[in-house]
Amino acid sequence: MGLHLAFWLFAITTVGAALAVVIINDLFRAALCLILCFFMTAGLFVTLNADLLAGLQVLVYVGAISMLIMFAIVMTRDMEQGNRFNKMVVPVGLVAVVLAIAMIIAVVDADNFASLDTTEELSNIPSDALISEDKPTTSAIGQLLFSEDNGYLLVFEVAGVLLMAAAIGALVLSRER
Amino acid sequence: MGLEAYLVVASLLFCIGLFGALTKRNIVMILMCIEIMLTAVDIVAVSFSKYLVPDQILLTGHVFAMFIIVVAAAEAGVALAIFISLYRRRATADATEIDLLKW
Repeated sequence: MGLHLAFWLFAITTVGAALAVVIINDLFRAALCLILCFFMTAGLFVTLNADLLAGLQVLVYVGAISMLIMFAIVMTRDMEQGNRFNKMVVPVGLVAVVLAIAMIIAVVDADNFASLDTTEELSNIPSDALISEDKPTTSAIGQLLFSEDNGYLLVFEVAGVLLMAAAIGALVLSRER
Repeated sequence: MGLEAYLVVASLLFCIGLFGALTKRNIVMILMCIEIMLTAVDIVAVSFSKYLVPDQILLTGHVFAMFIIVVAAAEAGVALAIFISLYRRRATADATEIDLLKW
């Protein structure tokens, strides 16, 4: 019961805040609504037993990316012109509504997503990628990330290189000449 | 709650982000809407990782969502550096006025 209530609270606030980002005319308030949207998404992650990801969402999205976005809004003094639309509102709006309806129809049909419960399908999953629902996920994700067989060690290192390249690229791009 | 409820929320978020990314004129708003779309994909990955195997969590979805967050952070940093240097040269943050490559 509590989980249902939390889900509805987080889901409605997330979608409402995302709509507000698109609709609100003041850029700075739109950025504040974006922060609310990210925070409520962290709540959705908590209802999905993803404790580590909820923390990461708050740290990275709410803490870092939102601050960067607000910094960019303040630096480029375009705020006075408001949050304007271009000429594509009607066609893109139609496409977005049709896409949303199609996705919801496809998603609500539960037969599309039969869960894996036969032992044959389960045996294809490496055992360290599965944990029981009442355990915290952090240590298991750490084991999975850094194990060399069936793990994501190479991907993790590539992600580190990507972050370093992005940081150097951002420095070079924004340097005063 | 079932898997479908989370997927419906993610579809709505994705379509709102798509609409905003294609119709906004301010480049920072376009970036914000792209971040909303990435968050929607995160929700899909995490909800499948809970509901795919009954009573257990399949951590592959969590790892995927983590890498999406990493890429989103890198993308936001580079995009904002581009915005700052663009604003310094052209003094505009309006995507319809940045039309050098348009035919």
